[in-house]
Amino acid sequence: MVAVAYDRERVFAWLEEVKDPEVPVLSVVELGVVRDAVVDADGAVTVTVTPTYSGCPAMRTIEESIHDTLLAKGVLRVTVQTVFTPAWTTDWIPETARTKLEAYGIAPPGQAQTSDELVPLLRAGAGPRCPFCKSSRTALRSEFGSTACKALWVCAECTQPFEEFKAI
Amino acid sequence: MAPVPLFPALLRLADDRLVLGHRTSEWCGHAPILEEDIALANIALDQIGQANHLLTYAATVEKAGRDEDALAYLRDAIEYRNALICELPNGDFGVTIVRQFLYGVYSVLQWDALSKSKDDTLAGIAAKSLKEARYHVRHAGEWVIRLGDGTAESHRRAQDAVNALWPYTGELFMQLADEAELVAAGITADVSLMEPAWQAQVAGVLTRATLTVPETAWMQRGGREGRHTEHLGHLLAEMQIVARSHPGAKW
Repeated sequence: MVAVAYDRERVFAWLEEVKDPEVPVLSVVELGVVRDAVVDADGAVTVTVTPTYSGCPAMRTIEESIHDTLLAKGVLRVTVQTVFTPAWTTDWIPETARTKLEAYGIAPPGQAQTSDELVPLLRAGAGPRCPFCKSSRTALRSEFGSTACKALWVCAECTQPFEEFKAI
Repeated sequence: MAPVPLFPALLRLADDRLVLGHRTSEWCGHAPILEEDIALANIALDQIGQANHLLTYAATVEKAGRDEDALAYLRDAIEYRNALICELPNGDFGVTIVRQFLYGVYSVLQWDALSKSKDDTLAGIAAKSLKEARYHVRHAGEWVIRLGDGTAESHRRAQDAVNALWPYTGELFMQLADEAELVAAGITADVSLMEPAWQAQVAGVLTRATLTVPETAWMQRGGREGRHTEHLGHLLAEMQIVARSHPGAKW
């Protein structure tokens, strides 16, 4: 039997190279989409992912990139499986990734679920600061942005429109 | 032992979202402003995505060799189990928004209840969908207030929409007998119990929007039992034509 030359930690390091196609500054690990990776005795790898939004059109691309990237690293067999529990939340995005997002020009998400109401009617909590001039004088332009995970804001200070990674 | 009717219960959940999602997607490229075009397209994607997850699960439960695509594209109107309110044409922007709101409140209540399901897969799909549905209903609710408490014209159109859609809301809370076993087992939730909470939420927003809550009148029904309006056939024709013209096509 040949010893497997990689372990879970190594696989996670490789997965850091797989970027979110819509927010290429974040890896699928930082995004929280990758939940686990299991390396079995034969070296086959099973990666468990959870979708961001139910309708996110990038999920299939993400799964294919995970698959292709690991094969390119020499993994013989890759299986990507989907789980729904626990439901994906932006609270999983670490501080380091939030800093990267802001530097990239996307306001990082605030705390998810700030409203106790089951059917919230108005957006709760303060808006994001402008990722460009850092002003907090920002106004929501649209709850929905260029992708499912982003909302559109405009800065009253520097007049720059910007996107916010929605807290969910 | 008779089969547990999880399959029809999942179809009811999925078909609502698939049909309404398709309706919502019809606004793509036609919405009154760019932001709304993007918003409605995003909402449609989530609704269709939720339907996709539910149909994928339904296919595993059915074990009849059909996958989610076969369930979406190869069933005729009579086999669809969505509530009638989901298949009605979009009408003007007011009708679209009011429907998103009336259905959206129901959807939030339903996902919330199902997120506590003893069936792990269903609970997982529900917990995920609940977050999205809360976001969607906030969008629709804000618009209902803006339209109802807006100009005389927007008020009139919003009220007309409420009046026209109201008779289709009763069906949402019709609990079907084939689900009794599932409800008792804590797998699905009794929709009839959600009506008071729905009434309270909806009345609160309509009042705030200076709109009148209609008197409860005759309620339409049929979709849950496969009896649909003529509109569903036209919708399915458009939705299914590519899949039916090119069976098994991949792209």
